Amino acid sequence: MIPSRHMAKHSQTEAIQQAIEVQELAPPASGLPSALRLWRRWRQQAVIPYLFLLPFLLLFSFFILVPLLYALWTSFFVERLIGGTTFVGLQNYQEVLHDGNFWEGVRNVLLLLFTQVPLMLGLALGLALLLDSQIVRLKTIFRLGYFLPYAIPSVIGALLWGYLYSAHIGPFAQLAELLHWPPPPFLTAAGLLPSIANILTWQWTGYNMVILYAALQAIPPELYDAARVDGASGWEIARRIKIPLIAPAIVLTVVFSIIGTLQLFNEPQIMTAIVPNLIQDHYTPNLYAYNLAFTNQQYNYAAAVSFVLGAVVFVFSYVFMLVTYRRGQR
Amino acid sequence: MARIGSLPAGGSIAATRQTSTRAVGRRGGWTLRGLVLLFLVLMLVYFVIPLFWLVVSATKTNDELFSTFGLWFAPDFHLLENLHDVFTYDDGIFVTWLTNSAYYAVVSALGASLIATLAGYTFAKLSFPGRELVFAIILGSIMVPNTALAIPTYLVLSKVGLVNTPLAIILPSLVTPFGVYLMRVYAEQALPDDLLDAARVDGASEWRIFWSIALRLLAPGFVTVLLLTFVGTWNNFFLPLVVTNNPAYYPLTVGLANWNQLSQAFSGSRILYTLVITGSLISVIPLMIGFLFLQRYWQGGLTFGSLRS
Repeated sequence: MIPSRHMAKHSQTEAIQQAIEVQELAPPASGLPSALRLWRRWRQQAVIPYLFLLPFLLLFSFFILVPLLYALWTSFFVERLIGGTTFVGLQNYQEVLHDGNFWEGVRNVLLLLFTQVPLMLGLALGLALLLDSQIVRLKTIFRLGYFLPYAIPSVIGALLWGYLYSAHIGPFAQLAELLHWPPPPFLTAAGLLPSIANILTWQWTGYNMVILYAALQAIPPELYDAARVDGASGWEIARRIKIPLIAPAIVLTVVFSIIGTLQLFNEPQIMTAIVPNLIQDHYTPNLYAYNLAFTNQQYNYAAAVSFVLGAVVFVFSYVFMLVTYRRGQR
Repeated sequence: MARIGSLPAGGSIAATRQTSTRAVGRRGGWTLRGLVLLFLVLMLVYFVIPLFWLVVSATKTNDELFSTFGLWFAPDFHLLENLHDVFTYDDGIFVTWLTNSAYYAVVSALGASLIATLAGYTFAKLSFPGRELVFAIILGSIMVPNTALAIPTYLVLSKVGLVNTPLAIILPSLVTPFGVYLMRVYAEQALPDDLLDAARVDGASEWRIFWSIALRLLAPGFVTVLLLTFVGTWNNFFLPLVVTNNPAYYPLTVGLANWNQLSQAFSGSRILYTLVITGSLISVIPLMIGFLFLQRYWQGGLTFGSLRS
């Protein structure tokens, strides 16, 4: 701002001088500096910022906005063997809403959302509080150990657990055999969802713990001193001071978990290869959309499924944030 | 990160904590402490044991996988043979996957963090019409199911003929709305306005101010976004699965999943089990090393997003 004003003043005096010197030729000369000034300001306040944003906005449009709009557009059509592609309006969406396969997948991810996520986040919060308390030493080792699974690609994590669950080479089955027990029912119809829940818990607890732990570390310790003087126990301090103070970080982990769980794909996709007859092509909504698109070539319907799933994700995250926001206001 | 940095000096915290350690230790008693420690150690075992199994299993032959106990080593050591198998199977396709993963992750991480830093800096330090609206749209896209984007992305990429090229994986990975958000938050805290104004008075162009002043001060945030994108791309499965079907372009994740599928389908010829296991171990090592040595940045990245919200 300062240099442009500087320069503007400079050119103004020049212009006045010019105007005095050659009064007849003055009008075009005095118009030029103000146009220049306008251009400079325009450049400073709009052109340069948007130039800086250009690389991001171009890629953002091309790989987020355009695919979204394109998918929305294709979801309004139907491709038939005879007659080609026809516009059908919301018919695909109506079909999705009445598609038992889709809702079966939604039921599976909702089951995980309401059982695995609270368990995992409770564990993450507990571990974070323990590591933040003064009871524990060797914190770095624990923290690193818990966080380690996050460094492993979720595909490799799923592969790994697939082997650990195996009735042939898995150590749990081997231990059971040693004790003459039946092999644990990890990869059976009833055991599959808990088995997947365990993979997710193993992979993501440490990640959530680190977020919560960092939030706890950012609380100035002076805040506890008064409570300690009053004789509050560690548990009371955790419940009444620490947890309320890190509420925003907790909300963040919940929202990330909602988004991640409802979109579950990698683990069931890997499990399909290991137990093909247990996992149907619609075990989760995302797996369903993938198989519709790439096995059945039903791109239009798959797009509609993706959008309905997106809507479900949005509704759950939004409702959760609204509820916590309301509660925070009270 | 900046918030942590602005806390009172380390010494005083350590002092308060130490005194209170003693106080709690007296009151908490040894039984409580023992139980807590036992719980923490059990959790450590839970998180680490699958990796231990992976290391142990990578040293076994196929037969030994079935005949020996999974959580301890077999009498003889076959790691070198397994490594040899992994790197030579199918004309060394694993080396191709490893190079692909590294190439995609390095290029995406560098590009994405540079682009995100420039964008984050612009949102934080330049004022322009439409700033908050554009930012809100970008932020909103974090909510869009990432994987739900993959199918439409495939359709768009196939329209422009980019499917089955490295660009199909790299270009979408360059877009990190969360990175832009992180860099905006970071730039707001780490860059004093006076410094930028002083540079403007000296007549430096906006680009020069960014390139030679801001970028240097934003380096820690830049590295964080770099690491997060690197990990994200290295671990990505859904996008490469969707946009490539030529094994020559697979990254490790898709390649190993493919081997896994084959090993399960033809369980008669079990040679692929050791391939998948040893291959998994190799693919895990680079990130693990990076993660142990660059802890500060990882944790910085996971935290400074949450501190603001």
